Order: sequence, then C-alpha cells, then structure tokens
Amino acid sequence: MAAGTATKFPPQGIAAAAMAPNVIEVDRLSKRFGDFSAVEEVSFAVREGEVFAFLGPNGAGKSTTINMLCTLSRPSSGAVRVAGFDVVARPKAVRRHIGLVFQETTLDDQLTAQENLRFHAVLYRVPRDQVDGRIARVLDLVELSDRRYDLVSEFSGGMARRLEIARALLHVPKVLFLDEPTIGLDPQTRALMWEDVLRLREEAGVTVFLTTHYMDEAEYADRIAIIDHGKIVALDTPMALKAAIGADTVDLQTADDAAAVAALGREGYRLESGADGVRVFVADGEAAVAPLIASVGVPVRHVHVHRPTLDDVFLHFTGREIRETTQGEGVSMRARAMHSRRR
Amino acid sequence: MEASTPRLSATLSEGPDTVLSAEVRTAGMVWLRELIRFERTRTRILTGLIQPVLFLFVLGYGLNGLVGSTAGFDFKQFMFPGIVAMSVVTTAIFSAVSIVWDREFGFLREMLVAPTSRASLALGKTAGGATVATVQGSIMLVLAPLIGVTLTPLLIVEVIGIELLMAVALTAFGVFVASRIEKMESFQVVMQLLLFPMLFLSGALFPLNGLPGWLQALTHLNPLTYAVAPLRQVVFSAQDMPAAARQRFPASVELFGHTLSVGTELAIVAAFAAVFLVLAVRGFSRTD
Ligand SMILES: Nc1ncnc2c1ncn2[C@@H]1O[C@H](COP(=O)(O)OP(=O)(O)O)[C@@H](O)[C@H]1O
Ligand SMILES: [Mg+2]
Repeated sequence: MAAGTATKFPPQGIAAAAMAPNVIEVDRLSKRFGDFSAVEEVSFAVREGEVFAFLGPNGAGKSTTINMLCTLSRPSSGAVRVAGFDVVARPKAVRRHIGLVFQETTLDDQLTAQENLRFHAVLYRVPRDQVDGRIARVLDLVELSDRRYDLVSEFSGGMARRLEIARALLHVPKVLFLDEPTIGLDPQTRALMWEDVLRLREEAGVTVFLTTHYMDEAEYADRIAIIDHGKIVALDTPMALKAAIGADTVDLQTADDAAAVAALGREGYRLESGADGVRVFVADGEAAVAPLIASVGVPVRHVHVHRPTLDDVFLHFTGREIRETTQGEGVSMRARAMHSRRR
Repeated sequence: MEASTPRLSATLSEGPDTVLSAEVRTAGMVWLRELIRFERTRTRILTGLIQPVLFLFVLGYGLNGLVGSTAGFDFKQFMFPGIVAMSVVTTAIFSAVSIVWDREFGFLREMLVAPTSRASLALGKTAGGATVATVQGSIMLVLAPLIGVTLTPLLIVEVIGIELLMAVALTAFGVFVASRIEKMESFQVVMQLLLFPMLFLSGALFPLNGLPGWLQALTHLNPLTYAVAPLRQVVFSAQDMPAAARQRFPASVELFGHTLSVGTELAIVAAFAAVFLVLAVRGFSRTD
C-alpha cells in the first residue's frame, strides 16, 4: 500500500536542512529553443544536505533545467548560483564542486571500474596521494569494492549506474546531480540505488538534486518540485504535498450502513455514504481506524484506508496522470541497447 | 561503516600540483587510456596488420613480375618502407576515429565536462593515437627479413623516429576532422575519401616520378609525401644497394627542381604536424 512508503522513509534531513545555507539558488530561470519555452521562469532554492527531486513527465524540462544548473547549457534568462558560484560567470568553479550523473551512461566499458575512476580523479585534480584512498572509499559506498578490477562491459545496468554515482563523488562534490538515475533499472536495483543515495546524504553530507518521472521514487526526497511544461506547479515535502490535496479516507463496509452513518455523524465525523459503504474523511487514516470501529455501533465487515499518493498529487496539480505522458519503456530499451553494444 | 575511514565530505587537501602539472597529468591520463584500449583490442592490432601485409605481398609480388629486379633489388624492397608508412597512417587515422565512438557511447561527455582545458584533452588524445600508430608501424618491421630488407639498430631507431613524427601529424589531422564530425558514418566517408588518395599520392606504393604534372602537384601538397620519402631514404641507405638500383627506385622528393634532404623533408612534416595540432586543439575546444 502506498501509505506504507511515506512513513518508511521519513525525511530525516529536513530538520537539519532547514537551518542549513542554500547550496543551489535559482531565480526566474528560463530556457528557450527558438520559439519554444522548455523551461519558464523557474525559481527555487536547495539547502545543504537536502535530497531534492524534480518530478515530471518526459519532456517536462527536467534535463534542460539540470543542464543549466551544471553549466552545460546556457540559460536564456534568469540566474543560477551553485555552491556559491554563478553558473554563467564561473562554470569551471561550479564544475569542480559538483558531481554529475547523466541520463545516458558515460563510462568507458573497455576500462575497468578502477581505470574509469582513476581517469576521473586525474581530470578533476584529486591530489595524487589521495586517489587510491578516494577510489576505495567511493567503491565501498556503492558496494562495488569487489568489482574494482572488472571491466565495465561485464557490469549490469544497475552496477554501471552505481559506478557512475561513485565516480561523481570522487572529487568530493558539494552537490550531486542525478538525471533520471534509475531509468531502465528493475525495482530491486532501484531500491538498492536509493539506499546508496540516502547513505550518501547521511555519511557524506552531500546535497542531492535529482530528476525522475517515477512517483514512488520521488517519495524518497526531502522536497519535491513538480514540473510540467517547463513550469514548477508545486513544491514541498512529499507529506505536505499530499496533505495539501486533502485528507486520508477510511472506507467502511458494515452490517448496517445507515446506522453507521448516523452513529458516526453524532460523533462529528465528516463523511459521505455510497452504494458500497461509508467513506470517512480524517487527518490520519491509520490512527482513526480503532476509534471509528469503537464508535460505529454495528459490525464492520471491511475497512480500507487510503492515503493520497503522489499520483493523486500529480493528477491534482496537472490535471492528468503521469503515466499517460510517459514512455519509460522506450528509454530503458535504449539504455539497454547502448549498454550491450560493443566496440 | 568503520569509523576509521575518513568522512566522504572531508575536503580534499590541496596538493602541490600547479595548474600546468595538473594539465600534463590530464593529457597523460588520456594518452594512457588510448594505450590500454589498444592493448585490449587484439583484433584491432591484427586487422591493422592484415591490410598492409596484403598490399605488400599481393601488390609487391604482382608488380614485381612487371617491374623486375635491378641489380638484385626488387619492387617488394622498394615498397616495404611505404607499407610501414601505410600501417602508421591507417592506425593513426583510425585512432582518431575513437573520438567519434566516444561521442556515440557518451565517454566524450565525461571528458568534455571536466574542469580541465580542452587543449590537454586534444594533445593527450593525439599523443595516444600517435604512440599506438608508431607501435603498429614498428610491428611491420618483423617482415623485413622476409622481404630481404636488412635492419640495423640505427635504422630501427631512425624508422621509429620518423614514424612518430608522421603519426603525430596524421593523428592530429584525424582528431581535428573527428572533432568537427558528429556521426560515425560521415567520418568514415570523409576518411575513405581522404585516406586512399593520400596514400596513393604519397609515393608509398609506387614511385611518383612517372606521374603527369597535375598529379605531381597534388603529391607535393600531400603531407604524407614528405614522410614516406625520408623513411625510404633511411631504409635504402642501410641496404647494400648498387647505383643502378638507386637510379631505378628513387627515394627522395624533388621540389622545384631541387632534391630535398631528409632534414628538409622532416622539417616539412613537423610544420604540417604543428598546423594540424593547432587545428586539433581548436576543433576540440569548440566541440560540445
Ligand atoms: N536542444 C534542444 N532543441 C530543441 N528542443 C529541445 C532541446 N532540448 C530539449 N528540447 C525540448 O525541450 C523539452 C524539455 O526537454 P527535456 O528537458 O529533455 O525534458 P525531460 O528531461 O523532462 O524529459 C522537450 O519538449 C524537448 O523536446
Ligand atoms: Mg530528461
């Protein structure tokens, strides 16, 4: 049930992050391709240590935004500061302080994991005497230490992704940017990768900015910005977003629905009755079940608690389901094809 | 996680590295990657050998009947330095192709987004391709005894030196072309259109003195001409060659009625190399 996921991963970082300084500041950022606005007047700030997610369907402008934040594409207008540096004025300084994982893989699969990491360490000027230690450390972090000397061509898609994350952390970035990090991965590997990401936050204190079009994935983030057609339509914690669109509901099927409605009405519950039972609106569905059953006065045959999901949130803010707009499969096929092609 | 491992967030202490030594390290790393990849693709080394060997034996023996030998010196022996050059050139050009592959497979992005100068990347790539091409060309020397070409230690050193110079020029040229080309297919078309005329009009496979004037002019514009000639001159000078054979199989380049010295020819190749290096660095700096 979706209600479970929200409580399993409380956003621990958020309390501490509320005090922390901003590490990303975006002010009315826009990107136009000709007449077409891919990103329109987007503003937000990310605090140090936060896990911040950009959630939106394909074509929403997520990659376009992340590319501007990473200095890889020039904003049409607006200002961005990352790790204290302006992305237009000081691109190299920004790049030294960020780690990047792109939507498409950028490993050399004819090199071993260690060789890929060493290459990166040199290009990012990791001091010579710290390279080996850093490589061991980041491989440990993504649990790939035992594959250190294996060719990347022998890696699964999930392992390659985790290696890319490890590589992005080699030079101790302040912010880690991940563009659709789990695209094309199976659910189990996705869960593993998320363990990695959350551990990074705990152990490394690194700020994580990621994009995704998977609802369940955005739940892991401290805060979510929902982006649609290049605009942020909502921005808050997953809990707050869900709370904003309405309360939990508890559906009851009882031996005598009319009596149940009367009894609960006297207790002051907000409710409506339909053909298949009574729907009660409460702040916390799970906590309300016991008192409801105690007050209803008639035998209860069936209880169903529904907590709003991010799907509901997305539907509420954009007027459509994210699935209608997303072709995740096409992309994962491409990722797999890329991975299996050999020189 | 053990408490002993340093926190990931511990900032990297600044090493004694200056900017220059960091850039040299970068170029060295790109160079090393080329070598690792070359060493790992044995099939590429092998296919790189097949074409020149085929030319040497098929063309060498085929034309040998036609040309005949002069004072015990034959066409295969004439061709041999040209075949070594051909091997260097094709390897150099195809090493540069790997940039187009890197673009296709994403690794180019990893290089281009790094906070490093593009010049270091282009120079490292050129150095890597040139090293690989020189190695591949030198492997051809094992065929020398079969052809009846005598190798001396001095000759081997001279050949490797000339190979390296021409490899740098040709790889830099390939890097420049590859940096301006986005698609694999177009690169192959461009290269086939350039590579074969360059090879045929360089004197690598047959003497240039019989060509009509306009083709002769083209050979003089061809950088390869000035690399093939000294290679052949140093090989010939190590052979016990009668004057009649030297007459029959000329090695040096004639320009405006002057016979160029080995030194002049190498200076011309070096000038081409310098120009191509500048173009390669500029091409790489603009690519994205
Ligand atoms: N270089 C470009 N030229 C023109 N249009 C582009 C370019 N890059 C992206 N777009 C368009 O901008 C929109 C947003 O793309 P993108 O940021 O990649 O979306 P997302 O990453 O959210 O799937 C899409 O409609 C896409 O077609
Ligand atoms: Mg995208």
